[in-house]
Amino acid sequence: MALEFSEVSKSFPTQGEGSLLAVDNVSFRVEEGEFVSVVGPSGCGKSTILSMTAGLYQPTSGEVRVSNELVTGPNAHVGFMLQKDLLLPWRSIIANIEFGLEARGVGREERRARAMKELEHCQLSGFEDHYPYQLSGGMRQRAALARTLAINPEIILLDEPFSALDAQTKLLLQNSFAKTIKEAGKTTLLITHDLSEAVLMSDRILVLSERPGQVIAEIKVDLPHRDQPIKRRVLPEVGEYAAQLFKHLKLEEKAA
Amino acid sequence: MIRKHGIKLTSATILILVLVAWQVLPTALDVPRFIIPTLSDSVVELKRMWTNEGLLGHILSTALYTVLGFVIGSLLGAVMGYLLGMSKFWEKVLSPYILALQIAPKVAFAPLFIMWFGYNSMPKLLVTVLIVFFPVLVNVLQAMRTVDRDLVNLARAYSLTRLGVFWKIEVPSTVPNLMAGLRIASTLAVIGVTVGELVGGNTGLGYLISYGGGQANAAMVFNAIILLTVIGFLLYVVLERIEERVLHYLPKSQH
Repeated sequence: MALEFSEVSKSFPTQGEGSLLAVDNVSFRVEEGEFVSVVGPSGCGKSTILSMTAGLYQPTSGEVRVSNELVTGPNAHVGFMLQKDLLLPWRSIIANIEFGLEARGVGREERRARAMKELEHCQLSGFEDHYPYQLSGGMRQRAALARTLAINPEIILLDEPFSALDAQTKLLLQNSFAKTIKEAGKTTLLITHDLSEAVLMSDRILVLSERPGQVIAEIKVDLPHRDQPIKRRVLPEVGEYAAQLFKHLKLEEKAA
Repeated sequence: MIRKHGIKLTSATILILVLVAWQVLPTALDVPRFIIPTLSDSVVELKRMWTNEGLLGHILSTALYTVLGFVIGSLLGAVMGYLLGMSKFWEKVLSPYILALQIAPKVAFAPLFIMWFGYNSMPKLLVTVLIVFFPVLVNVLQAMRTVDRDLVNLARAYSLTRLGVFWKIEVPSTVPNLMAGLRIASTLAVIGVTVGELVGGNTGLGYLISYGGGQANAAMVFNAIILLTVIGFLLYVVLERIEERVLHYLPKSQH
């Protein structure tokens, strides 16, 4: 088992007195090599779940375990990626990919070698000496994925990494991410508000309620081609899964 | 390309027009040369200053203290800015005093420094340091406040220490603002030195201004002002070059 949330709640102090409960008694597990998506309305605590997995915040109550180790702070098991690529503009692409390795006592030559390997995996060969501003949005996200993979994490956390991209780039990038992640055999937690993206990329989907976030449904996606969302996209069952998600999120009632 | 050419051409034309007006107008309007000397008067005076007044020494002295004051003041400003930027507490505690000192006219300290340190180079250096210090401090501090929190979190997630975050995220993030502060400071450095030299001492272009003024030698004052401007301009250009080098990673339109 790669990731486990047991009875996790998180509240934030608000201005003045009182506090805001963001996540309420959430429990779930993610098995090794599994690709799990978390969907839910905006403000439902999706990103809070991600930050707790990364060890950036501690839960108010309950436990988060990664690879059976209690998460008490930022740790080497987890690599995360946001909607913003967060490439350092003053570093070349290769130096950006090396960034995560620098604090981990990896020697200069090994860093470069590992970074070059990930650069190739993410189809960025030839761009190592470019600077982030010279790359397109999709390429920048691929560079961010390469940086995430370079530290060889056990879990990859993706927080809406495709949401800032145009529709075509998004499809291609989902496909390239899915392939790279499958090849690397990484456990992945994807936070997204795009329901079809969740269906196309995941083995399993967790549906969160509105704030305070609780897991209200868990849907196993029993479809082939997890490594090729573009192929999965044309399967007729995709629509049914999306409809299920719609129902759980009560989108029709809200639209009425 | 044509556009760029046009800019340069127009710019040069304006310079020539101004120089011609400077040469022709004072005589045409019957303005005496001790009020506004013509271009040729000033050039003649410049030659005289070079041979009789040891102009080169004055120029070098002013340039030296401009650069020295600029370097010391901006170093102190940057260090202070980063230190305060690291500590919310001290920033809050000290910010009213910083604001007060920033508002206080720094050049007004010059006579005080002369009383304390005498008629030597110390007062002008201190005025320059003081005047350069604030824009650098304020720019760095402002930039430290606005460092992207997500970048800091990313670095933390990669297990960087506080010091690692500082050197690898905060310092590079703040460099564009630091450079902007240095550019402002470079233009102020000349003012600091000039005031220091005006108020006391017997070297530098600022001294030549008060000396020339005392003798009703307007051409000398003109020349000194122009030379001071040249020194400030050169410092600015050097900084601009450095900035271009350092910030090469920004798309051209952004700086």
